[in-house]
Amino acid sequence: MPSFDLAKVPLRELNQALHNVAAGTNEIDFEVLNPRGAHAVAVGIDAPVTVDVRGNCGYYCAGMNAEATVTVHGSVGPGVAENMMSGTVVVKGDASQYAGATGHGGLLVIEGNASSRCGISMKGIDIVVKGNIGHMSAFMAQAGTLVVLGDAGDALGDSLYEAKLFVRGKVKSLGADCVKKKMKPKHLELLADLLERAGITDVKPEEFTRYGSARQLYNFNIDNADAY
Amino acid sequence: MCGIVGLFLKDKALEPRLGALLSDMLITMTDRGPDSAGIAIYGPSAKGAGKITVQSADPKSDFKGLGAALSKKIGTEVSVDVRATHAVISLAAEKLDTARDALKELRPGITVMGRGESVEIFKEVGLPKDVAERFGIGKMSGTHGIGHTRMATESAVTTFGAHPFSTGPDQCLVHNGSLSNHNNLRRELIKAGLRFETENDTEVAAAYLSHKLAEGQNLGAALESGLSDLDGFYTFVVGTKSGFGVLRDPIACKPAVMAETDEYVAFGSEYRALVGLPGIANARVWEPEPATVYFWEH
Repeated sequence: MPSFDLAKVPLRELNQALHNVAAGTNEIDFEVLNPRGAHAVAVGIDAPVTVDVRGNCGYYCAGMNAEATVTVHGSVGPGVAENMMSGTVVVKGDASQYAGATGHGGLLVIEGNASSRCGISMKGIDIVVKGNIGHMSAFMAQAGTLVVLGDAGDALGDSLYEAKLFVRGKVKSLGADCVKKKMKPKHLELLADLLERAGITDVKPEEFTRYGSARQLYNFNIDNADAY
Repeated sequence: MCGIVGLFLKDKALEPRLGALLSDMLITMTDRGPDSAGIAIYGPSAKGAGKITVQSADPKSDFKGLGAALSKKIGTEVSVDVRATHAVISLAAEKLDTARDALKELRPGITVMGRGESVEIFKEVGLPKDVAERFGIGKMSGTHGIGHTRMATESAVTTFGAHPFSTGPDQCLVHNGSLSNHNNLRRELIKAGLRFETENDTEVAAAYLSHKLAEGQNLGAALESGLSDLDGFYTFVVGTKSGFGVLRDPIACKPAVMAETDEYVAFGSEYRALVGLPGIANARVWEPEPATVYFWEH
């Protein structure tokens, strides 16, 4: 198993090795030691590898991920899995601001809390947070699913498009054009699948409340000026 | 950007290492802002003793014979410890204000960086590594301290635009962000009798807190008032003689990480700033909540 100790080798070496993974190789399990809060750890992977990062990371960990499974055994700074295309990113600790921002696909699981702007402008990514999320989460979220087992902060889903939001705890306040919606069987199914993929077995889909767009702000309407 | 750090020691055994730990934290944050750097250290203080940290662009002539001249002028013994462009003047605490006025007359080229019973402030244009080295910060001991490395946005890259800003005895503040209502607030604070040295937005935040503290609020209450009166982006780390506080604005764009153990409370713009601290692997590490006052007191 290729192992990179970031106390000894530069970050560039790790990311270059991850970008050089050839199709069909058996060397697909990577380990990263001593990240010590470094930025851009395991970014831009485009291969079905697994990466276990042992420690806390800084900005943009596992950004732009495609196909890989990246597990951070620690906490991450702002922008984890930003613009992820596919694959899975698991954070065992907490995540800072804008986790999963602009993500197009794949699954991001945060086992601790995520702070503000989680899932901002998400475009198809699925995000499961076991703890709480901060304010302005799912701002302008276009597609994908955000599942929160804990509470959500202020202005959840402000200016939301078609992303689906499920919160099990309290929501401090809803953003403009985000409303509570009825849970239908297809939503329970969607939730059950996501919870299973996130490895969560002790929580039922029925415990969540669904939120989505009221679709009043899609096109400019002078009567809605106050809501913009 | 800007990088800010703070360290508040609970364990006396770490006090001799305060300067070394804090400068290492700040050096790690160098790439968040290379324009200027500054550190405030709350050192050991004797009862009735005071300190003034001064700066001069022409230290050779300004600091020559300064001790004797000041002693004579204010009629009490003073000692002067020159460190590059800065000097720390030690004297009786009751003479702090007299000495400050006398300094203006004796050496018009000198600027007072900070004063009080405990704080010493060193700041200069340049990288944190060079600034820490020039002033020998690594050898300093103390109970708590704050530091800043600057990427200038609101005012010029000069020694006086560097943080920390000190606007009251043993009070100082570092800031990551920018304030949008500082001009108006500065006018109001000038009316209330506060003095300003620069056009910098952060100095207004520092003066605002000094004003609230002078009105009798404690640091926690002063920071709480700041939430409604200060408009803009900010993560502040604030020091007083015995206290250490952190405040983020409600939007909280500016990053912040904190760590606490039985030995210390530490603040960094990023986790990278904290990795060199003893026992960090087992510390409680968290992101401070927006619009929430955190403060600790000895």
